[in-house]
Amino acid sequence: MKIGVRYFALFREQAGCDAESVEWAGGTAAELFQLMAERHPLLRNQAAALVAINDEMSDWTSTLNEGDEVLFFPPVAGG
Amino acid sequence: MKFSVSRTPIDVSAARLAVADKHCGALAVFEGWIRNHNEGQEVERLEYEVYRPVAEKEGAKIIDEAMTRFGIRHAICIHREGLLELGECAVVVCVSSAHRDAAFDACRYIIDQTKIRLPIWKKEQYITGVSEWVNCEQCAAAGHAHGGHKHD
Repeated sequence: MKIGVRYFALFREQAGCDAESVEWAGGTAAELFQLMAERHPLLRNQAAALVAINDEMSDWTSTLNEGDEVLFFPPVAGG
Repeated sequence: MKFSVSRTPIDVSAARLAVADKHCGALAVFEGWIRNHNEGQEVERLEYEVYRPVAEKEGAKIIDEAMTRFGIRHAICIHREGLLELGECAVVVCVSSAHRDAAFDACRYIIDQTKIRLPIWKKEQYITGVSEWVNCEQCAAAGHAHGGHKHD
């Protein structure tokens, strides 16, 4: 299935891009992060990061669907 | 709007007025300012990156939670985006309530949740010329939530 991926802040610099499209067999948000971490070796620290799917905050255990846009948020630092 | 993101300096007086209500005997205000040091480094200025579509939605949820949980009358939170100089106001939370306990508690809840849930990042520029994304290295290393140690 086709999934859109977006990176923010530190993750954008680690991935070397702000968005990309991925074709894969499917799975959870955490599994997608692992796949992307293999493609972009600097990308790490999924445990401290947050994930959103289609602009809604979500869980790493969420199963992705065809056409989803997954947003990888590195550890946040507002305030 | 109860939660908003601003590219221009925050008007704290206007935020206070937005929660004014004759039923309220208490107003709690928290302002977060840009300070000149962080973890031993001298900070020159700071840049906030905000992903608005999620920050605005999740920020509004935090305020709704505070309204329900503490029974306050009004709350507003405004967060800056972009390049900020030392001493500037990065975030303001204003809460009005009949009594002070609820106002204090709700104000604290809103700023604490804002810091850990919203997609907002800051890049500090140090006087050495180096700039770095700020994040909680302890959390990143241990992969835990923010229970074991304190954040400013």
